[in-house]
Formats: sequence, structure tokens, C-alpha cells
Amino acid sequence: MSIQEKSRSRGLGITLFIVLLMTPIYWLLNMSFKTNQEILSGLTLWPNDFTLDNYRVIFTDPSWYSGYINSMIYVVMNMAITLVVALPAAYAFSRYRFIGDKHLFFWLLSNRMAPPAVFLLPFFQLYSSIGLFDTHIAVALAHCLFNVPLAVWILEGFMSGVPREYDEMAYIDGHSFPRFFVKVFMPMISSGIGVTAFFIFMFSWVELLLARTLTSVDAQPIAAIMTRTMGASGIDWGVLAAAGVLTILPGVLVVWFVRNHVARGFALGRV
Amino acid sequence: MSKVPDNRAWWLVLPVLLLVAFSALVPLMTVVNYSVQDIFGPGNAYYVGTEWFRDVLRDQRLQESLLRQFGFSAAVLAIEIPLGIAVALMMPKGGIRASLCLILLAIPLLIPWNVVGTIWQIFARGDIGLFGWGLNELGFSYNYTGDPVAAWFTVLLMDVWHWTPLVALLCYSGLRAIPEAFYQAAEIDRASRWAVFRYIQLPRLRNVLVIAVLLRFMDSFMIYTEPFVLTGGGPGSSTTFLSQTLTTMAVGQFDLGRAAAFSLVYFLIVLLVSWLFFTAITHMDKER
Amino acid sequence: MLDWMNWTQPVAIFFAVIAAILAGMTVFEIVSPCVERKGFLPIATTRGDRLFIGLLSAAYIHLVFLGVSEVSLWIALAVSVVWGLVLLRWG
Repeated sequence: MSIQEKSRSRGLGITLFIVLLMTPIYWLLNMSFKTNQEILSGLTLWPNDFTLDNYRVIFTDPSWYSGYINSMIYVVMNMAITLVVALPAAYAFSRYRFIGDKHLFFWLLSNRMAPPAVFLLPFFQLYSSIGLFDTHIAVALAHCLFNVPLAVWILEGFMSGVPREYDEMAYIDGHSFPRFFVKVFMPMISSGIGVTAFFIFMFSWVELLLARTLTSVDAQPIAAIMTRTMGASGIDWGVLAAAGVLTILPGVLVVWFVRNHVARGFALGRV
Repeated sequence: MSKVPDNRAWWLVLPVLLLVAFSALVPLMTVVNYSVQDIFGPGNAYYVGTEWFRDVLRDQRLQESLLRQFGFSAAVLAIEIPLGIAVALMMPKGGIRASLCLILLAIPLLIPWNVVGTIWQIFARGDIGLFGWGLNELGFSYNYTGDPVAAWFTVLLMDVWHWTPLVALLCYSGLRAIPEAFYQAAEIDRASRWAVFRYIQLPRLRNVLVIAVLLRFMDSFMIYTEPFVLTGGGPGSSTTFLSQTLTTMAVGQFDLGRAAAFSLVYFLIVLLVSWLFFTAITHMDKER
Repeated sequence: MLDWMNWTQPVAIFFAVIAAILAGMTVFEIVSPCVERKGFLPIATTRGDRLFIGLLSAAYIHLVFLGVSEVSLWIALAVSVVWGLVLLRWG
């Protein structure tokens, strides 16, 4: 095979994979623009009777759109908490050796690996007993369980890539530690912080089990509202599909913003 | 880069320590407490010692779901790792097309897990789903809600769809980190495509692959939401994995003591496997 | 506030012992920092690593005793302690 043919067959392979990857999403999108009659009456590859009614239902019914707002609130809260505590810790792990550092690091990581189902019941009891049940902060704190270790892990990788000399130079210039950290160090690893934020967003946004267990009405995430609505009076496939499409959009936006950094974030092999 | 020994670094770690202790250690202690008692309600609990553990370790249903879980995780790894490597090898090396590939590949990873279940629930149905309808038209009798084999196949396919991109992205970034000089040297030696892969690319991918295997093992080992939405664990209990068995026990039947004992066994398994992986990773870092 | 945790005496003792071991090891580490070395385990370990391996294997020893036999757990405990000490000394 010539080089040109080879690269053509590779291009074909990757195109095929991505087409297969996108087919289920296309089907969801397709269904979200159909009426329920059309969905149930037979298979059509594109909506014959194009309608935006399914989306209208979601945007006009508070019990639907409040789910999106709730999810957004706790995801943002979780991002803020996680970054604030993880930044100094990652710095400590990347710069210093201290008693128990390796074990502490492993213990943190083991929480990323613990099945959320294990923590379901005690979390419910814990947050009920301190009066935080059904609040956004409860979900945000619960998601810290797996996001903080992850953030520390990713950030530590990025920070280790910055030579120590920068730190020492800044000290010689007379910066205090907090000032150095915020003004000099954080800008240097801004892409790392971006990638970390991306992963925190991702894992908090996609999680359902904990979010559903810790909320009932006021802070219910969109994901839980979707499962609940499926039970009532048959399944409204069109609305369900539209709700699904709307949950994909924030992710697509976020990945667009960090697209140039994601590959590097993965390159550190720390997800 | 050498690190400076300084125990004052503990102050920087303290916030993380407190936060994780609050959200991991307190619940863990609670689980241990529950696991040695029979709990009927607040203030109404009896100490039963290690009975729940004895019970759980000999429970046929749990052993079956554990076996099923290991089978599922093994299948996931056996399919996703080679497929992910293949996809990474085929991806464009740079430019706008590479960015586009990255974004499209990342999309399945950013879909909430229950929506992944919903997508496949719709996609695989025989009446309204393209996939299920297509298979039936081709003459296969396919019905994932009635046939255990079809259910397994669908859950597995869903997981491959959902997570292969992660493996591919990891491997892609690993490949990008290989200096161009290595390829040039191989070209001079007239190395075959296979030799390039075997002796240049694969060794360099070792680190990301360990992490990919670790992540895929862990996440598939705690899979819950997707099969729950797609099949509800059925037909029968053919796609009921560990997390679902546990959740049913704890939330559905409110069998606190037994669920707690089961949680601890589950946690110990995960702890052992993740420790082995972690040791392997740090060990390799040291060798380099 | 701690009612919901349903504390029982044996569990409290269990966690107290673990905490005491950790504290003891920390003090020990400050007094005489340990060097990584290679014993009969396939990898080089520090004292802390060996402690962790000891605790984890102790948990598994108990599970095996519970799962396949009816004998008293005190025997499992004794086995674990002996194994832990061997590990710390020669591991």
C-alpha cells in the first residue's frame, strides 16, 4: 500500500467509528423533533412532522427547567469548593515531602475508586442529621468525594511540570506565599486549572445516584426528574428525548472551550 | 525533580484532609457501625456481631452478582482497550480535523449516565429504535427486555459506546507525546507498520494504558445508572451488577445491616485492586 | 447529633486502635525516619507501606475465616497480628 492509500484507509476507519458513535445521538435528536404519534406509528429517519413542542414543554414547565438550574448550581458550587481546596494540596504534593504523603495520596485516590453506592446510606443519614438534605450544597459536598481526589491528581501533574526555580525566584523578589501562589503560580498553570475544571464539571454533571438520593424537591437534578417522569402515564418519548438532548449541550459547550487543552490534560495520564 | 522535605506542607493539605474526612471517613465509620447491628429504626438496634458478614459472604445471590460483575469488567476491558488503541492510531495528527475528532469523541463522556441509558433504551427498542428495528429487519430476533443474551449484548455495547472514547483520548495523547525522531529512525530502518507499533508506540503507551485499564476497571466495577435505566437489571437478574444489588438492598429493602456488611466487602475488593494498580504505577515511575 | 451513626463499643474500640496505630507510627517516624528497603515482598517498601499491607491482609484473613469456617474470629485476629508483625519486621 502506498502512503496515501494508507492514510486514506485510516481516515475511513476513524470516520466510520465516529459515525457509529454519533448514530445513537442522532437518533435522540431526531426523536426530540417528532410528535409522539410519529414516534410510535413507525420508523422515520428524519422528522416528517417537525415540531418544537417537546422543547416548549421543557422550557415552560418549572418542574422541568428547574432541574437544569439545580444541576448547574451544584455543579458550579462543587467546582468552586474543589478548586479552592485542591490547589494548595496539589502544590504541597508536587513540591514537598512530608510524613505520610504517599499514603495520604493513595487514601485520597481510593475515594475516587470507591463505589458511590457504598456511601449512599450514610450520606443520606449524615446530611439529614445536619439539616442539609435536599439542598444544593449537600450534593456539591457529596460530589467532592470523587472530584477532590481527581482534581488533586490532575493538578499535581501540571504543577510538577513547572520547575522549582520559578518558585524560588518569586520568593527572592519578595512575594509572600499566598501572593506568589495567586499572582505568579496560578497563571502559569492556567491550562491545567482549565482541564481540571473540565473534569470536575464532567463527573459532577453526569453523576446521578448520589444527586438523586440527597435531594427530593428543591434541589432535584435534571437527571432525576427525567427518571421520575418516565413512570407517569406511559412514557412521553418526545419530551424525554428533548430533555436528553438538552443535557448534552452544556457538555459540548465546555469541551469546546477547553478543546486545545484536553489532549494535554490526558497526556499527563491523570484523569 | 527532587522534593524538599518539609512537614509544614501538612497545612496546605489540611483543607482537603478535613473535607474528605467529612465526606468519606464519617460515612465509613457509620457503615462499620451499621454492619454489626440489626437496625429496626432510630434508637432501636441490636448488636449482632459478625453475623451479617457471615451471611453476606455465603449469600448465593451476591456471589452470583459478584461473578457477573467480574465477567462484565473483564469483557469491558477486553473490548475497549484494543478498540481504543486502534481508534487512537487512526486519528489525524493535528489541525482542525484532530480538534474536531477530539470534541466528537468527548461527547459520549459528557452525557449524564442516566441519559446514556435513555439513549440506548430508545435506540435499541424493536419498535421505535433504529438499532433494534434494524437488527430485527436483518432477521435477528432481538429483544433486549426479554432475552438475557440480548440484554447483556446491549449493556456491553452501551458501555463500549460510552467509554471507548476515553481510552482512545488517553492513547491519543500518549501517542502525541512520542518524539518525531523515533518515527524517522524507524523509517530509515524500513521498519514495518507492525514493528513501529510493537517496538515504538506500544512501550510508550504503557503508562497511559495502565491508567486506562485502572479507570475502566474501577468505573465498570461500580456501574449502576446505565444498566439500571436500560434494563433495570433484567430480564430476571441477568444484568444486575454489584452496585445495583447493593442499592436495592440499602434503599429498596432498607436492609441496613446486611447492606453495610456488603458495602465493606465491596470496598475491600476495590481497595485491594486499586492498591495493586497504584503500586504498579508508582513502581513504573520509579523505574523510569 | 451523632445518634444516627449508631456507635457500638466494639466498633469504637476498632477505630481507636487504628487511630492509635497511626499516631504511634507517626511518632515513630518522627523519632527515627525509616528508609525504604526490600524484604521478602516483591517490591521495596517503607514501614508505612508494610503497615498498610498488613492491615489490608488482616481484613482479608478475617473475611476468609468468616466465609469458609465457623471457628472463632479470635484465631483470625491472632493470625493477623502474627502476620502483621512478620510483615513489619521482614517484609
